Amino acid sequence: MKPLFSIRLVFIALALGLLLAISLSLSLGPVAMSLDTPWRVLLSRLGLPLLVEPQAQLIIEQIRLPRTLLGLAAGGVLALCGVAMQGLFRNPLADPGLIGVSSGAALGAALMIVLGAGLGGLAPEWSPYLLSASAFAGGLLVTSVVYRLGRKQGRVDVATMLLAGVALAALAGALIGLLQYLADDATLRTLTFWNLGSLNGASYSRLWPLLAIALLVLVSLPRSASALNALLLGESEARHLGVDVERLKRRLILLTALGVGAAVAACGMIGFVGLVVPHLMRLLLGPDHRTLIPASMLAGASLLLLADVLARLLVAPAEMPIGVLTALIGAPFFLYLLVRGRSHA
Amino acid sequence: MLKCDNLHVQRGGKTILAGINLTLQDGEVLAVLGPNGAGKSTLLAALSGELLPSLGQVLFADKPLAAWLGSERAQRLAVLPQQSSLNFAFVVDEVVGLGRLPHASGRQRDSEIIGLALEAADAAHLRGRNYVELSGGERQRVHLARVLAQLWPGQGGQVLLLDEPTSMLDPLHQLATLKAVRAFAGQGAGVLVILHDLNLAARFADRIALLHQGGLHAIGTPDEVLTEGNLQTVFNLPVIMSRHPELGCPWVIPR
Repeated sequence: MKPLFSIRLVFIALALGLLLAISLSLSLGPVAMSLDTPWRVLLSRLGLPLLVEPQAQLIIEQIRLPRTLLGLAAGGVLALCGVAMQGLFRNPLADPGLIGVSSGAALGAALMIVLGAGLGGLAPEWSPYLLSASAFAGGLLVTSVVYRLGRKQGRVDVATMLLAGVALAALAGALIGLLQYLADDATLRTLTFWNLGSLNGASYSRLWPLLAIALLVLVSLPRSASALNALLLGESEARHLGVDVERLKRRLILLTALGVGAAVAACGMIGFVGLVVPHLMRLLLGPDHRTLIPASMLAGASLLLLADVLARLLVAPAEMPIGVLTALIGAPFFLYLLVRGRSHA
Repeated sequence: MLKCDNLHVQRGGKTILAGINLTLQDGEVLAVLGPNGAGKSTLLAALSGELLPSLGQVLFADKPLAAWLGSERAQRLAVLPQQSSLNFAFVVDEVVGLGRLPHASGRQRDSEIIGLALEAADAAHLRGRNYVELSGGERQRVHLARVLAQLWPGQGGQVLLLDEPTSMLDPLHQLATLKAVRAFAGQGAGVLVILHDLNLAARFADRIALLHQGGLHAIGTPDEVLTEGNLQTVFNLPVIMSRHPELGCPWVIPR
């Protein structure tokens, strides 16, 4: 048996890492603050008599807190959906994009951006909401088509679904390419930036749909942890262990479509978190979903927050696209673990 | 206990099994023999509910298989597939522990059962090992332990279906596995096991079902079924029938 303390140690490290990431995300930026300022601001809100600068309070509450919450929710939800998809496809290299939700969302957003520009520009107070709604709808639509194509005689054939997802992603990619070809320079720039993802422009009103869905995924997925473990044996083996496999598959697909759809709608395309984080946690903790799910959530949230802090600092006062950074941080670490794992095996 | 009446199964429009009548009794070991393509695995899939019969039905404890609730059935019916596609780095104990999923017997009891089941499958020394680092034969024994743990300690009213549990094992472990299966049936569960080794079947089975071209060619005790005529017809194999010098069970010697 693996020694229990190592699992505990990993969770303590993950929790401390997340706290640090939250502190950094709240205190760093164009106006630098000490690491404890954000906590003093938050605690004073809760009624503790602490001295707080009004300017710091304003920046933290109106700008950095929504942005941090957005990063927490998006990072956590993307990692959890990665766990769900790697379990569904019984493949540690599966990615939430496989069921078409990311490409569908990207197509939805691109349509809205280009159509909006073609119609003489969307009203600025409405455009972020329209963009998010269109991305979310696009993700759900493409996923539901992929799901339907994968259904055979009342059962979902995961292999067919995978191929349908690849084909529809290619189709969506072609349509996005067509839209890019039709777009003028300014629209093209918007499209490009959206495709690279950003937590910029976070506000409470845009936050709550993602928070609600993140909460739903967070509460639902752990309830399937043991069934996901059984599913790794194979679908018929899981059925023989009493798991309602078709219901489990539907549930995983629905949660992923909602979760990734909402995350992409709120902050654009952010790659790598859903692929790397669960894989990494599996290398640290083993494949048991009862530990993998909470660990991936903590790690995904931390990774996205740290990437966002770097995105803000590296080229300040401008901002780097966060999708670039998640890949820049995630990929080398992933490769390191792969190489190290191989030499140990 | 597990019973099929006039079972017909089709796959891709082709009839694989036709008119099979079979009853698996409590406490017996029923070996299913037959050449490649005779329909052995299809029979097991139909008996476990993975394939639906095109005609006839499968009854488990007098209730149609499909009418059972998944978790309740899993407490009484366990299935060992021919091969496992598991490719995640579970610890051996965790793989066996998956067999406890249908039960809510608690961590302590589950851990005990995992140990006992691994011991029964002669795999106790694999505890704590990484599953993906095991050899094919070791993995096969771990999965045997998993299905034993699912029904542990075994009692009347339970059924264990095994698809070639010895296919990857060395001679010693082939014997050990069938002894474990025999002992498990001794606790009351009915065991149906697909085998290729005629002499293993002759030695360990109470009854043998001989499948031939999708039909049941013969069923009965090893002495009744393992005859030169039957084996010639079904396997196209000329044999000399003899007896095990020490145990007295039938002994098949291919000519």
